[in-house]
Amino acid sequence: MKRGLAEMLRGGVIMDVVTAEQAKVAEDAGAVAVMALERVPADIRAEGGVARMSDPALIEAIQEAVTVPVMAKARIGHFAEAQVLEALGVDYVDESEVLTPADFQHHIDKWAFSVPFVCGATNLGEALRRISEGAAMIRSKGEAGTGDVSQAVTHLRSIVGDIRRLTQADGAEVYGWAKSLSAPVELVREVAETGRLPVPLFCAGGIATPADAALVMQLGAEAVFVGSGIFKSGDPSRRARAIVEATTHYRDPQIVAKVSRNLGEPMVGIQVGQMAAEDRLAGRGW
Amino acid sequence: MKVGVLALQGDVTEHATVLAGLGAHPVEVRDPADLAGVDALVLPGGESTTMSLLLESSGLHSAVAARLDEGMPAFGTCAGMILLGSEVLDGRRDQRCFGAIDVSVRRNAFGRQLQSFEADLDVAGLEGGPMRAVFIRAPVVERVGEGVEVLASTAVGEVERPVVCRSGPVLVAAFHPELAGDPRLHQLFLSKL
Repeated sequence: MKRGLAEMLRGGVIMDVVTAEQAKVAEDAGAVAVMALERVPADIRAEGGVARMSDPALIEAIQEAVTVPVMAKARIGHFAEAQVLEALGVDYVDESEVLTPADFQHHIDKWAFSVPFVCGATNLGEALRRISEGAAMIRSKGEAGTGDVSQAVTHLRSIVGDIRRLTQADGAEVYGWAKSLSAPVELVREVAETGRLPVPLFCAGGIATPADAALVMQLGAEAVFVGSGIFKSGDPSRRARAIVEATTHYRDPQIVAKVSRNLGEPMVGIQVGQMAAEDRLAGRGW
Repeated sequence: MKVGVLALQGDVTEHATVLAGLGAHPVEVRDPADLAGVDALVLPGGESTTMSLLLESSGLHSAVAARLDEGMPAFGTCAGMILLGSEVLDGRRDQRCFGAIDVSVRRNAFGRQLQSFEADLDVAGLEGGPMRAVFIRAPVVERVGEGVEVLASTAVGEVERPVVCRSGPVLVAAFHPELAGDPRLHQLFLSKL
């Protein structure tokens, strides 16, 4: 049932919003869900400081404003923030590297909750560790708040490529894979047999254009998260709508071309290759 | 038999898997051309407000409506039920539906994800005992028009509300038979084609 809601979001776009008005814009543009935040990742990056769970009043205002599912972020390992989010009745908790981690060794024990969780991953081992802790959805981490899709592509290719290679493994090799991935052998075997993660795989981190969405969908993502890419652009409503269309029609370049016309300024962005290692968020989580 | 699955958004592959398991030939429908040669259409679970927008922009709304008018059989689950009904309650203001079955459907009738649940449901006409029904932010039917058969109901607060309905060639369910590994509702739908 927890995984069920993730299945319903497939082929859709989940948008970061910081006000009730933005949430309405997102819903009207066809978002399948919204992520309620105080600051989008680009601003967290620019302003620095400790990034925490959003003010419950803001989350409630966004819940009031829209009828689509509302997600919210808790810090890695901060199970008390997750408890608060569950008490608020959010539909999904994102245990997110975009916020400042609260625990450098442990993620939240997500089996202890009724609310479903999504977690970020950069590779297959990390994805399976999160699933073993109870995550009902995995998203690539990418590099949030940059508008640079390269890291999302790297993480997605790593996860999908390893899944493909793992399906070739024989019974004995599955144990070797479990060791090298540092993941439970039961989950590794399940992936080897089914050729997919046990939960949906979504993509996040740096998606800023309709073509970015079409790219990650063709690489195997089942839905996309767009963070700063929409409300840091010149015409959020139009861009949001265009990314929704491109996510559905990702295999039809004619449609992606059509919706990409005259979208106004995209978010300016930061090239990940020029960032200092300590500024990268994807390394958070273990 | 070619059965289209509306593939704009939602749990399309689950439906396709169940249909293929029953010997049908599932086809993803994303634009009007995909509808050609399809004998029936399944409308999956997902976000009905999103699907409603994408139906318009893809030109599928009028194409599907025309086929439904000609009597094309259709099966909708959750969001698919909302789309096939004649009235949406608590929808987005510009949300449209096909009116292929005369029911008024309330979105998110049980509340948010924390109120999602599973239940064993007796469905009229299905042999082999109750069906495991997965309700995810599910809708319910609040008004049933003439000629609509109620095949199953469940309690919403104090009131029993219909959750499986049929009218001629159109079947709708508020829950997700495609997620629970029980193909009997799909089978019922296919048996009438």
